[in-house]
Amino acid sequence: MRTVNVAAAHAQHANTFTQGAFGELPVKPSLFGYARPESVEDALSLLAQGDGATRVLAGGQSLVPLLNLRMAQVNALIDVNSLSELSFITREDGMLRVGALTRHRHLEVSETARLAQPLLSRAAAEIGHLAIRNRGTIGGSLVHADPAAEWPLVAVTLDAQLILRSAKNSRTFAARDFFLGPLTTAIGPDEMLCEIRFPMLAGRTLWGFQELCRRPGDFAIAAVACQIALDEDGLCARAALGVGGAHSTPLLISEVDKVLKGSQGEDAAIREAAEQAAAAVDPSSDLHGSAQYRRRLVNVLAARALKQAWSKR
Amino acid sequence: MPGHTRQAVDHFSDRRTIRLRVNSQEVERTVEVRKLLADFLREDLGLTATRLGCEHGVCGACALLFNGDSVRSCLLFAVQADGAEILTVEGLVQDGHMHPLQQAFWDNHALQCGFCTSGFLMTGYDLLQKNPHPTEEEVRHGLSGNLCRCTGYANIIKAVLAAAAAGTQSVKSR
Repeated sequence: MRTVNVAAAHAQHANTFTQGAFGELPVKPSLFGYARPESVEDALSLLAQGDGATRVLAGGQSLVPLLNLRMAQVNALIDVNSLSELSFITREDGMLRVGALTRHRHLEVSETARLAQPLLSRAAAEIGHLAIRNRGTIGGSLVHADPAAEWPLVAVTLDAQLILRSAKNSRTFAARDFFLGPLTTAIGPDEMLCEIRFPMLAGRTLWGFQELCRRPGDFAIAAVACQIALDEDGLCARAALGVGGAHSTPLLISEVDKVLKGSQGEDAAIREAAEQAAAAVDPSSDLHGSAQYRRRLVNVLAARALKQAWSKR
Repeated sequence: MPGHTRQAVDHFSDRRTIRLRVNSQEVERTVEVRKLLADFLREDLGLTATRLGCEHGVCGACALLFNGDSVRSCLLFAVQADGAEILTVEGLVQDGHMHPLQQAFWDNHALQCGFCTSGFLMTGYDLLQKNPHPTEEEVRHGLSGNLCRCTGYANIIKAVLAAAAAGTQSVKSR
C-alpha cells in the first residue's frame, strides 16, 4: 500500500534541487503524491495522515504557480475538486452560505449571491481573469490569504464565519480573527475550510467596493470594501469598512463605525472616516507603490467606496 | 514502487491512468501526477498548438477549454483532467476549414509570430460563448489576461469583434 511517506521520500530527493545549472528558476513541479478523494470524510482522513507538507488542491490558481516555480514544498496533494458537496450558494437562516469549493465565476454570476449580498458579485468580478475565475475557489483564496486578494477583504468586512473541519472536529472561525499575516491563517495542518457564512443584515444595507490596480486582473495595490446598515430613519446604524493590499492582512477599520454612526453620508463624515482608514493601515513599499502612496490611496479609495455606498440610498 | 499505477482514489500515487476526451476524441494514457495538462497535450498527444509562456498563470498562452470553460492549462495537472472534455486550438478547425474566429484573426492580421495566438483564440472563444455581442471595452477587458509581444493588441481586438459581428458559432462536440 502506498502511503504519503513514500511520496515524501521522493519529494525529499527531488526538492533538494531548486535551481538549474545557470541559476534559472525551475518551471516544473517537483515530485509529490496525489490523491483525489470522493468524499469530504476521505479528504479529511487523508489530511489527518499528512505530515504538514500535505496541501489541499482546489482551484490551483495560487498553489500551482508556487509549485511550478518550486516556491512551495509539497509532499502530497489532496485534490478536492470531486467534492461537489462543497460547491454551493444558498440562503438560509439570515445567512448566505457558500461552499469553499465554489468557483469565483459561480459567485460572479449567481443571482442568489447578487440579491443577497451584491458586494460579493462585485468583488468576484474583480478577481484575475475569466480563466482564473473559472477554476479558482473562494475557499482557496481565503486559505491562501494573499493580503491583496478580494475574498479575504470581503470576508473580514462582512464579518464572515469560516467553517473549518478536520477528521475529528469542526470549528467556526470568525474571518476577522482568521488572517494572521501575509499568506498565513489560523487554519490547522489537518483542517480544511469547508464553508463560508456571510451574515445577511435585516433592513437596508448599502455597500461600496473600490480597487486600484494598474491592469485588470492584477492584485490590488489597495482595495476598500464597505457595508453600511441603515436604521428606519435612513441613518447609519452600523458601518464596516475594510482595507486590502495596504497591510499585512485585510484590515477592518473599527474607527469608521464610530465616525459614521448616525450620519447620512455627509462629506465631512466620509472625509474623517477615510482619514481614519489611512491612519490605521501599515502598508509596505514594493514595486507597485510606496507605503506613502498606498496610505494616500487608502484615503482616496475609502472616500470613494463610502460615496459609492451612499449613492445607492 | 515508482511507476506502479494505482487506481484507488483514497491512496496517494505518483502515476495515474487517465481517460478523457480531447477535441472529441477519447484518449487514455498513464502519466506522472505532477505533469501539467499543457505538457501532457504537447508531449503525450502531440498537440502542440497549446503554448507555454510563463508557467505561472499570467500570460494566457496556455488557454484552452476544460469542460466548456477557458482555463490556464499550466495550472492544471493532467491527472485532474481524468473524465474531462478538453478543447484546444486543434479542435477549432472544422472539416478542414478555419473556425470563424481563426478566420477573423487571419482577415484582421491579428497575429505576427503566432505564439500567443492559440491562447487568444481559446480565450476569445470562451468570451464569445459567454457574451456573444461584447462591446469593444468588454473585449479589451476579456482579453486582458493574454499577453502579446508583437502586435500591440489592436488587430486582435478587431478580430474578436469581427468574429462576434459575424455571429461565431460554437464548435459543437462531434
